[in-house]
Amino acid sequence: MDGRLCTFRIDDLVLGVDVLEVREVLRSRVITPVPLATEGIAGLLNLRGEIVTAVDLRAGFGRPPADGPAPAHVVVSTGEGPVALAVDEVGEVLDVDPAALQPPPATVAPAVRALLLGTHLIGGAPLLVLDPRRVLARPPSGARPSGGWVGTPIGALR
Amino acid sequence: MDESPDLVEEFLVEGYEIVDALDADLLALERDPSDPVLLASVFRRVHSIKGACGFLGFLQLERVTHAGENLLSLLRDRTLPWSPPIAGALLALADAIRLLLATIEETGAEGAPRHDHLIATLSELQAPAEQVALPAHAQATAEGGLFGQMLVQRGLIDADDIKFAAHEQQLGDPRHLGEILVDRGRVSSEDVLTALHEQEAHRSGLADATVRIGVEVLDGLVTLVSELVLARNQVLQNAEAVADARLTRTVGRLDVITSELQEAVLGTRMQPVGTVWSRFPRIVRDVANARGKQALVEMVGAETEVDRTILEAIRDPLTHVVRNAVDHGIERPEERLAAGKPPEGRLLLRAWHEGGQVHLEISDDGAGIDVDAVRRTAVSRGLLDAQEAASAGERELLQLVFIPGFSTAAQVTNLSGRGVGMDVVRTNVERIGGAIDLSSERGLGTTLKVRVPLTLAIIPGLVVAQARERFVLPQASLNELIRLDPGAGGGGSAAVEHVAGAPVLRLRGRLLPLAFLADLLGDAGAAGVHARPGGTGPAGTVAVLTAGDRRFGLVVGEVRDVEEIVVKPLGAGLSDVRLFSGATIMGDGQVALILDVVALAQRTGVIGAGAAGESDEVVPGTPDDETGDELLLLGSGDRRLAVPLASVARLEELPAAACEWAGGQEVIRYRDEILPLVRVRELLDPTLRPDRPPASDLLQVVVLTAPWRAGLVMDAIIDVVRAQATLHPEGRRPGVLGSMVLQGRVTDLLDLDALRPDRVALVAPRAG
Repeated sequence: MDGRLCTFRIDDLVLGVDVLEVREVLRSRVITPVPLATEGIAGLLNLRGEIVTAVDLRAGFGRPPADGPAPAHVVVSTGEGPVALAVDEVGEVLDVDPAALQPPPATVAPAVRALLLGTHLIGGAPLLVLDPRRVLARPPSGARPSGGWVGTPIGALR
Repeated sequence: MDESPDLVEEFLVEGYEIVDALDADLLALERDPSDPVLLASVFRRVHSIKGACGFLGFLQLERVTHAGENLLSLLRDRTLPWSPPIAGALLALADAIRLLLATIEETGAEGAPRHDHLIATLSELQAPAEQVALPAHAQATAEGGLFGQMLVQRGLIDADDIKFAAHEQQLGDPRHLGEILVDRGRVSSEDVLTALHEQEAHRSGLADATVRIGVEVLDGLVTLVSELVLARNQVLQNAEAVADARLTRTVGRLDVITSELQEAVLGTRMQPVGTVWSRFPRIVRDVANARGKQALVEMVGAETEVDRTILEAIRDPLTHVVRNAVDHGIERPEERLAAGKPPEGRLLLRAWHEGGQVHLEISDDGAGIDVDAVRRTAVSRGLLDAQEAASAGERELLQLVFIPGFSTAAQVTNLSGRGVGMDVVRTNVERIGGAIDLSSERGLGTTLKVRVPLTLAIIPGLVVAQARERFVLPQASLNELIRLDPGAGGGGSAAVEHVAGAPVLRLRGRLLPLAFLADLLGDAGAAGVHARPGGTGPAGTVAVLTAGDRRFGLVVGEVRDVEEIVVKPLGAGLSDVRLFSGATIMGDGQVALILDVVALAQRTGVIGAGAAGESDEVVPGTPDDETGDELLLLGSGDRRLAVPLASVARLEELPAAACEWAGGQEVIRYRDEILPLVRVRELLDPTLRPDRPPASDLLQVVVLTAPWRAGLVMDAIIDVVRAQATLHPEGRRPGVLGSMVLQGRVTDLLDLDALRPDRVALVAPRAG
């Protein structure tokens, strides 16, 4: 069976997540911040009456905080309940060969590596495949990524 | 065996239900072993489990139930008389079934065989005892079976008629019992048909009219309906703007249907209290047997419905209380006889709806709580000194039972009395917005009263705002609201003081510890500033909250409104944020967090080891009579006025510019209605009116409840006092019932009936 990935961009990183794990894509939503929540949790949003945690992966990927509210959210299933990932741009759905999934490059910081299932090379450019089950995991302390490894601009995929 | 998991799941759900019902039937049989309906029902329940597990391949369960069924069939046919060992074995059978179900639920299989001993016992008991019972056939027909008994119970025929008809049958009459009776003219054919139908209903159970639905399906419906309500509200607003008659009519219908749908859907979450109570007779029996006691459970109001989440939350606390009541409350038979009571103790469970809440009462007729023992324990544990203990009232002492680790039980048993429990019971009840009260009379028994909300799904909450975000405080833990005056000092507002660096509020002679919501939320900009002595006086409102037996004040930035909110769980990954008990969706579709008052108190340090709550240390001159009525003290010029707090709906600050005149009456638009205003000061001092000082921009308005439904415009709102002051009639005049002395000052009690806007003219006719 072919794998299909829903792709999106966070800062300069191009990420993909298995379409079967994606519940829906939301345009800009009002997020209610949750004081004292773990870093990376942006707050809560209302998804047709269901309260969904919004997660900002920027810090997890060692990227600077966003200037304003996220223009879109990708709602994924995590096993603990749905989570809305704040993204800067939603890309297309790509067909990939699951057998071609490679481990993330060794240079990827451990904290980032923990979030990934692996990478695909799409037209020579790496696409990071996110493990939705890991997005709520607390990053190991002291393992903050330094931002040394740079992903691919979304344009490179097209 | 590759049976479908769905089938197994359904079998388990049904199996647990059956085994619960089995327990209840067996206990009832123990009291009345001759009841043929009960015996038949027990047999049927065991039989239906056996049938299903044969089909699903649970062989061990099948063997156990088969042995039980054999024994039961003898009992049912009266070949074997009921005996206490049989009762014990059948209850053990119920336990074994439950255990096997649990094993299947956990592991998917039955595990190693464990019940051979029980099967052997059940088989041995089938051997008839010394006395030889009547042949099954003769006995059954002599009583006419279930059907005959029904007719006799209804007084339609007497036992002799059945005996006669049965005798006819034995002599070879081929007709049915009913036919013989009808032909002899003893009973009408309609009555026979009705009884037959009922017998049929007994046999097949009444389950056909119900459908089993997963709880998550219902929760999904509730969620969707609350969203529908939000959408409906937005449509209503938009339709108002369009002002099209046809649209308005359609939207009106949508409005009504949505409300009805919401009510109906919420109704599906309700379950009778009896579903929790049904386990209690068995627990009481086991505890009583273990302690050599006798106890009987009576239930009143088992059909009272509560939201299932509430039921879930009170299941364990109630179980604990019931256990306690038998273990410590009810005395041994010989002690009871010596005290002139029947040897069998009585546990009464009552439930009823009142005032939008569910009331639950558990009372026993046992020894009651030994208040002197409580007093001694309190002194020995250093909770009270000797003098306090001597002067403490009975009620006050009983409250000590709820303190963690407090136990007066001379003997710690393996069932209860370890001093853990009552505090947990109270915490659990309060966590769901309930309240608990204990009363006891030495020698006569103990009563525990529990009040819980009807539903957790929708609770009244106070919406407050802090740093542009909204939060909800559950109304159940809210006592009162007090405005903080940054300027400090007297007048109508309170000011924050500091005792040893900790912020407190002087409230009716007591020091109330204060916490600042901004600090608790880790608001970086505000952190620490408020709490520091000598810092700028904070503005805002103090919400006086109750957590356990402690009261504390939470300073919030802004108080918005009281709303009925739909409680929803926090999103994924937030379980470690202890400050919030859930979230809700506000009218604008955005999420607001619900504050967990117990967690707030813990974080503040109000609850916890060595924490001191409200302090009595400063009590100069302010009587605080807990028995009197609560009065709201108001300032009008230099005069002090009071109204009963019960008549006050809300305290508001409304813009003076919003006042209008309609039909000679001053009114203000207030929460979608027109509220008549009564300017109390002008009314009581007509001389002030011609040259009244320019009104301030904001009016202090006391909104009265129905039937008065008016707003009293006051100069200041001073305090709430509980007082039993004497009313001196000398002060009586139009609009004032009389005067009294409160907080050392003469205070006029307003005559609200005379102040009703439609009657105000009688007090002081208003000129044009």
